[in-house]
Amino acid sequence: MAEEKKLFKVTIDNIAIEVEPGTSILNAARRIGGEVAPPAMCYYSTLKGSGGKCRTCLVEVAAGSTADQRPMPKLVASCRTNVMDGMIVKNVTSEKVLDARKGIVEFLLINHPLDCPICDQAGECSLQDLSYQHGTEGTRYEFKRRTFEKHDIGPYIQLHMTRCILCYRCVYVADQLTNRREHGILDRADHSEIATYIHKALENDFIGNVIDVCPVGALTDKTFRFKNRVWFLKPLDAHRNCLKCSGKVTLWNRGEEVFRVTARKDQWGEVKDFICNECRFEKKKTADWVIEGPTRIDRHSVISGNHYVDIVEPKEIMPEVMGGRNPKLLMDINQVSEVNRKDIDLSEIPGPAHSEDFEKENS
Amino acid sequence: MVRKLLLEKAHLEGIRGYDVYRREGGYRSVEKALGEMTPDQVTDEVKKSGLRGRGGAGFPTGMKWSFIAKPEGVPRHLVCNADESEPGTFKDRYLMEFLPHLLIEGLIVSSYALGSHVTYIYVRGEYSWVIDILETAIGEAKANGWIGNNILGKGFDLEIYVHRGAGAYICGEETALLESLEGKRGLPRIKPPFPAVKGVWDRPTVVNNVETLAAVVPIILIGGEEYAKIGVGKSTGTKLISTCGNINKPGVYEIDMTISVEDFIYSEEYCGGIPNGKKLKACIPGGSSVPILPANLLLKTVKGEKRLMNYESLADGGFVKGSMMGSGGFIVLDEDQCVVKHTLTLARFYRHESCGQCSPCREGTGWMEKILRNIDTGKGKMSDIDLLWDIQRRIEGNTICPLGDAAAWPVAAAIRHFRDEFEWHVLNPEESQKRNYGLAHYADPLEPAVAAV
Ligand SMILES: Cc1cc2nc3c(=O)[nH]c(=O)nc-3n(C[C@H](O)[C@H](O)[C@H](O)COP(=O)(O)O)c2cc1C
Ligand code: SF4
Ligand code: SF4
Ligand code: FES
Repeated sequence: MAEEKKLFKVTIDNIAIEVEPGTSILNAARRIGGEVAPPAMCYYSTLKGSGGKCRTCLVEVAAGSTADQRPMPKLVASCRTNVMDGMIVKNVTSEKVLDARKGIVEFLLINHPLDCPICDQAGECSLQDLSYQHGTEGTRYEFKRRTFEKHDIGPYIQLHMTRCILCYRCVYVADQLTNRREHGILDRADHSEIATYIHKALENDFIGNVIDVCPVGALTDKTFRFKNRVWFLKPLDAHRNCLKCSGKVTLWNRGEEVFRVTARKDQWGEVKDFICNECRFEKKKTADWVIEGPTRIDRHSVISGNHYVDIVEPKEIMPEVMGGRNPKLLMDINQVSEVNRKDIDLSEIPGPAHSEDFEKENS
Repeated sequence: MVRKLLLEKAHLEGIRGYDVYRREGGYRSVEKALGEMTPDQVTDEVKKSGLRGRGGAGFPTGMKWSFIAKPEGVPRHLVCNADESEPGTFKDRYLMEFLPHLLIEGLIVSSYALGSHVTYIYVRGEYSWVIDILETAIGEAKANGWIGNNILGKGFDLEIYVHRGAGAYICGEETALLESLEGKRGLPRIKPPFPAVKGVWDRPTVVNNVETLAAVVPIILIGGEEYAKIGVGKSTGTKLISTCGNINKPGVYEIDMTISVEDFIYSEEYCGGIPNGKKLKACIPGGSSVPILPANLLLKTVKGEKRLMNYESLADGGFVKGSMMGSGGFIVLDEDQCVVKHTLTLARFYRHESCGQCSPCREGTGWMEKILRNIDTGKGKMSDIDLLWDIQRRIEGNTICPLGDAAAWPVAAAIRHFRDEFEWHVLNPEESQKRNYGLAHYADPLEPAVAAV
C-alpha cells in the first residue's frame, strides 16, 4: 500500500490525461473540459446511482485498454463507464457519436412542450443548451405531444410533468437526501411519470433540492414562479448561519430585492452543497444574508448577459492586421439606415422603440 | 423420429404428479450428481454438452456457470427465468405445465453445481395456474426429501421459491428480473457489474431460462459428450420450438437441430403445412424480437443452401439476409397477412413494454408506433419509411438493455425485406384499406448469390 497509486492514462479526442483508477470517462473528459466533456442530462456526481439513462453522454471507445486494444462494439455511456489504462475515447471526433447524440436530442424533444417562453427554467435549462449545441433546427415529429396535468406538490414546489425528461435525479435526491421518499416514477414506457402517491405533498426539509437538480423546468420554485427571467437577475454568493444546512447559497437579486435562493452550482451545473427549505424558500430579504460577492457565471451563459465582471476589452485588431493603418469608415450606417438615425437617442425613449418614434422625430 | 430428451414423457397420464414422475425415472440425475459428482464435475458435463442458453441470446451455459464469482462468505443464487413474455414464445409454459418436476430436478442439480442454497423461479404473472402447479410440485419434492436440508444425506441444502411477476415483459431481462425479485421496479440495471458478480442483493447470481435448466437433467443422465452428439455444430441437443400463426398444427415441438425450416413447416410431424392451401409469405423464426424473413430467404440461405432450424443456419447471412434462433417462437405468416399491420402490432407491444428508463427506447418506440399506424391506416407518406428507418437505427445499440434493439430489429427487417409493401400502402391509401398486398414476389426463388456488396 506504500506504493504510489498508479494513474491511468486515457486519451479523449486526441488529448491525453492521467486520472485515478475508478474515474469515469465523463469525469476524465471534464478534467480536460470544453467541448471534450460530453453533455450529461441525467448523471449527477453527488447522487449515487445516477446516470446511464439519458444517453446524451454516449462516446465511442476506440481502444479498450493497453492490455485489450479492441474497440468496444457499441457506444458507451461515459458517465457509467470507467477508464482503463491506455483507453482511447472519441467524443466530438467521432461521427458515430455526433450522429447518435443528434438522435438522442431529437428523442428528448419530440414530446417536450417547447414552452420556453413561459418556462421559468429558460436561460438555465440543460435541455435548451443541449438542443442548441447538438440538435437540429426542425423537428420530424408530426404527432400530438404527450401532456400531463400540473401538480402542486407541497407549498413550495410545482411539478410540470409535461416538461420532464425522466432523468430520475429528483428521485435520487428524495432517496438520498431526505429520510423518506414520497415520490417516484409511476407507470412505464412513454407514459411513465414522476408523481407523488395520490398527489401527496412533499414535506421534508431538503426536498427543495429537487428543483436544483431538475435539468428542465419540470420542477420549479413556486415562490419564484413567473417573477422574473433569470438573466435579468444578478447572482450573488451569500451565506447565513443555518442549523440544518451549510447555509451557502446563491441569491438571485434585482437591486436589493431577493427574487430567489438556490444552492451553488459548479461549472457543470451540479450542486455540491445541498441546502434546506428554510434557506431556499423563507429567507427572501437581503438582511437575512451575508453577501460575499457576485457569483462567477460562465461567460457563455445567457445569465451573464447583463452583468460583466472583470471584462477584458476586446483588442482592436484592425490596425494590427492593416499594418498600423487605421482604416477610415467607408460608409456611415446612419446614412443608409432608416432606423439608426444618430439624431435619435434611443435611451431617451421610454420603453421599447417603435417605428413611430422615428417617424415622430423625422417629422 | 427424433430422440426426445425433454418432452418424451410429457403425455403420460399423471406425469405432473410426483409418483408417476419418480416411477418413470425422475430425480435420477439428482441421485447421480449429488451421489457421484462434485459441483465442478457437473459444470464440466454442462460445458462438454455444448448447451446454449434457451432464453434468447444462446450464450453457452457451462461457460456462464464458470464465470460466477465465488467470494468467501457471500451466498450465491440461481434464478430461473420463467417470465416468458415474448410474443410467439410459449415453450416454457408447456414444460412447466406438463413436467414441473423436470424443471425442479434441473434446478436441484444446477443449484448444486453453482452452490446456490436458495434458488428462485421468477414466473410470469399471467401464468397463474402454472404457479400453482410449480408450488404443488415443490411441496411434493420437499416431502420426498429432494429439497430441504441435507438432501440425500449428502450435506447439500436447498430451498426453491416461486416468485410471481406482475405483468411486465421487461422483467424477463435478467437484471430487471433481479430488481423485481428484490421488490423494486423492474428496471434493467446498467452493466457492469454483471449478475455473475453482483446479482440479486449484490450477490453472485446466475440467471437461466426454464428450458436451459431442464436440459441439465438429460445432460447429467446421458453425459455431456453424448448430448453434444445430437444436433449439429454449435447447436447441440434438442430444442423446444413453439409454433403459431398460419399453420395446421400450432404447438410446442422438440426438435433436434438438423431439420430444415421447410420440412419443419410442411411435415406432418411438426407444423403440418399451411391451412387452406395458402402460400408461405414470411416467418419470424425465433420470437417477436428477431428479424422477419420473406419466404424465399427463410427456406434458403443466400448461398442457396437449405436453411436449417439451428442457431448457425438461422443466423446465416447476418442481419441483412438472415435472422436468429432467439427464444424459439416460430411465427408463420401466409399470403393473406399484411406485413405493415404485423410490424405495427409488434411496435405497439414494444412501446407498451419499454420500461421508460432511457430516452431512445422510451421516445423512439412510441414514435415508430405512431408512424406505422399512419402507414397502416392509409395516412402515411413516402418519407415516413425513411424516417422509420432512421429512428430504428438511432435506437439500436444506444440503449441500456436489449429491449431497444428488440424493438428496432423487427422494424428494420420489415423495411429491409418488405419495403415495396410499405410503399404500396403509401401510394394506394384507399386500396390498402380494402385488400392486402398479398404474396407479391416474396416467395420467388432467389437470384444466385452475387459477390457480397
Ligand atoms: C426484453 C427482454 C426480455 C427477455 N425475456 C426473457 C424471458 O422471458 N425468458 C428468458 O428466459 N429470457 C429472457 N430474456 C433473456 C434474459 O435476459 C437472459 O439472457 C436469459 O434469461 C438467460 O438465460 P439463458 O442463458 O438460459 O438463455 C429477455 C431479455 C430481454 C432483453
Ligand atoms: S422532474 Fe426533473 S429531475 Fe425529476 S426526472 Fe423529471 S426532469 Fe429529472
Ligand atoms: S432499452 Fe427500453 S426497456 Fe431497456 S432500459 Fe432502456 S427504456 Fe428500459
Ligand atoms: S449523463 Fe450519461 S447517460 Fe445521462
